[in-house]
Amino acid sequence: MNHFVETVNGGRVPLASLPVLDPERFASELQALLADGGRLATYFADRRPGDPQLLLYAVVARDREGDLALLHARAGDEIISLTPACPQVHLFEREIGEQFGVAFPGHPWFKPVRFPSALPEIAGHSDKLPPPIGDMDYFRVEGEEIHEVGVGPVHAGIIEPGHFRFQCYGEQVLHLEISLGYQHRGIERLLLRGPHPATPAQIETMAGDTTIGHMTACSRVIESLADCRVPEPATAVRAIALELERLANHVGDIGALAGDVGFLPTAAYCGRLRGDYLNMTATLCGSRFGRGLVRPGGVLHGLPRSMADELRQKLKEIGAQTRGALELFFDTPSVLARLERVGVVSREDALELGLTGVAARACGIDCDARRHHAAGAYRELLPDLTESGGDIFARAMVRNWEVENSLAMLDDFLRTVPEGSFTAKPCTLAPDALAVCLVEGWRGQVAHVGITDGEGRFARYKVADPSFFNWSGLAMALRNEQISDFPLCNKSFNLSYCGFDL
Amino acid sequence: MTNFLLHLLLIFGLAPLLPGVIARTKAVIAGRKGQPLTQLYRDLWKLFRKDLVLSRTTTWIFRAGPLIGFAVPVLGALLLPFGPAAAPLSFTGDFVLYVYLFGLARFFTILAALDTGSSFEGMGAAREATFSILVEPTIFVAFIILVRISGDFSLNAMFGAVGSGKLLQSPTAFSLILTAFCLFIVLLAENCRIPFDDPNTHLELTMIHEVMVLDHSGPDFGLILYGTAMKLLLSSAMVVNLLLPVSGNLLLDLTAFCGALLLIAVAVGLVESAMARLRLIRVPQLLIGTTLLSFFGLILLLR
Repeated sequence: MNHFVETVNGGRVPLASLPVLDPERFASELQALLADGGRLATYFADRRPGDPQLLLYAVVARDREGDLALLHARAGDEIISLTPACPQVHLFEREIGEQFGVAFPGHPWFKPVRFPSALPEIAGHSDKLPPPIGDMDYFRVEGEEIHEVGVGPVHAGIIEPGHFRFQCYGEQVLHLEISLGYQHRGIERLLLRGPHPATPAQIETMAGDTTIGHMTACSRVIESLADCRVPEPATAVRAIALELERLANHVGDIGALAGDVGFLPTAAYCGRLRGDYLNMTATLCGSRFGRGLVRPGGVLHGLPRSMADELRQKLKEIGAQTRGALELFFDTPSVLARLERVGVVSREDALELGLTGVAARACGIDCDARRHHAAGAYRELLPDLTESGGDIFARAMVRNWEVENSLAMLDDFLRTVPEGSFTAKPCTLAPDALAVCLVEGWRGQVAHVGITDGEGRFARYKVADPSFFNWSGLAMALRNEQISDFPLCNKSFNLSYCGFDL
Repeated sequence: MTNFLLHLLLIFGLAPLLPGVIARTKAVIAGRKGQPLTQLYRDLWKLFRKDLVLSRTTTWIFRAGPLIGFAVPVLGALLLPFGPAAAPLSFTGDFVLYVYLFGLARFFTILAALDTGSSFEGMGAAREATFSILVEPTIFVAFIILVRISGDFSLNAMFGAVGSGKLLQSPTAFSLILTAFCLFIVLLAENCRIPFDDPNTHLELTMIHEVMVLDHSGPDFGLILYGTAMKLLLSSAMVVNLLLPVSGNLLLDLTAFCGALLLIAVAVGLVESAMARLRLIRVPQLLIGTTLLSFFGLILLLR
């Protein structure tokens, strides 16, 4: 008997077809899947009204097979922690523990994740008041010459709030602990009993720099649940917008890295070029960040031939300038001296922590939802865009390769974008079903899971932003590094605070 | 008396222009229009009219830091010849006073930073203290070279001996050019420019000088900015004094001196545009290398 259900990216599974395991079986199956090269895409819990038991769901992305494995279990109020065996579940277990007031005995690091306020409307939710945000037991290093540096939640630059606690020995960082939650808005809770008219706006602002990524994932979950076929022009426009988003962010990130090391030319050029890519998205839909473009059923703005040609022309011009700016950056010795062998995350650590996206590919892990779980307009096999160093240089270089690759792909998409109807009407959602979708956003894998109740409304909606996986990677990268290199390391990951906080 | 007024005029009037020139150079190279050349004058005017915010944990030391940081460059300006204009205060061994005046200012800036009790400022203070120790030998070796050439122990005579245009014909030329190069690196290090520090960064964990003055505001911060600009002018003046020949015509020489100061600012801007900042851990290596280079200059002279 199979203990899990196999499905594909964007697939739908009737809830009744999910084998219900007991927690021990669930843990051993999950462990086996992860040991066999699977990556935990998301792991969450749900509690139905009137049901004292907790429903556990795990989605494991199997890159080799190109499919997703779904695991389901019912559990009581104590679940033996899987973290000691599979560290990549650590944050998910903390999240479940915090959301549903269950304990994970054996978890070595059982702390709050987002400090959410009590959620009385979810049945069975713990109604103990949470501690104030950021108030927890930080790991401390003791010693005469150890000093502690706390940064944030209010920062010197105009960035999101988050608290960083460094344990330092002189300039050397022994340990960094990151505490977030300041931006927690309870988006997953807002989506319950949806989709509501406000749902797209909420999804799009989940992580503002991944508007297209999140909205595409959400749309595909809804389309999958509603059995809605998206017209081809719409999938093409989505892919174009997603790649433009990737370009804008990658170019902006390399520019920001240049700014942090004080390398003026690339910082200045990339700052402008990022604006150019954002403006191309604005040409597409009127919003520089792609708000209001992707909607369940298709896209709200078509891409006529003339506009596609115009964008292609523009892309050619901007692309050449981008290559110049990046070349200058990677050819300057004083810049490379700052990037190489700084902020290293080993491949083993990256695999154990389940890092995703740029951060994982920089450690030589070949994971890309566009490559292994292709859907929509991504038909041709992507090249393997990985670096092996795991340092800041590798993370910058992966971005460089992806910029190159996205420029080529965009040119192809824009050349072949079909004309015609670009929106289909999604009908009602199937009741008692689960749909899962992975989108490779610019930062990494965006995973959305929607579960419907008997009336075809969301009984649970789960989002896993790439930042959720990668913040622990940043903390690892800082081990034994200079504290003065923290901003640079941080920029090389460039993670989202609100994407984590939801 | 003329020299006295001239020095004060130059140090107060011209100093805030130099950061403007650096910023403009960087802006032009980055393809931007850049801020007005006189931006620092306006900033100072703005800051001096502002109120002051003082942390409750600070004491009088916190206020003394900026004041001494402002007074020291003014005194320093009176000890250093500005091209053709000899220093109004001069005595044997004044170069030792000149160097340690700045040591005094640094001491108080560091104390003021520690006075806030902030972990950032403590880190900045530690970095500043470490790096300044490494800069000091270079300055002294440079002065020893000048003492050796001039046979005199006052700044006026030391710079006067090399400033009369005979630099390039003399056998000391190579060692003087090395010295000027070392002093230029000292200028970058002492004035917190790239590759040592990034005056434009907002990242409190990477800063050296900027992080020490994070808690200062209003007129105190104005004093710090003014003092920093004056220190930059003095550092540039040392390099210019070494390289600029003197014609004998006071007006012409003075104009050339001011022009050369601006050229140094342009050079700083070019360096900042062309390279990235060093990793903090590499800064001592470069500074020690500079010291060795200045020793080499001395050896060439003694040969």
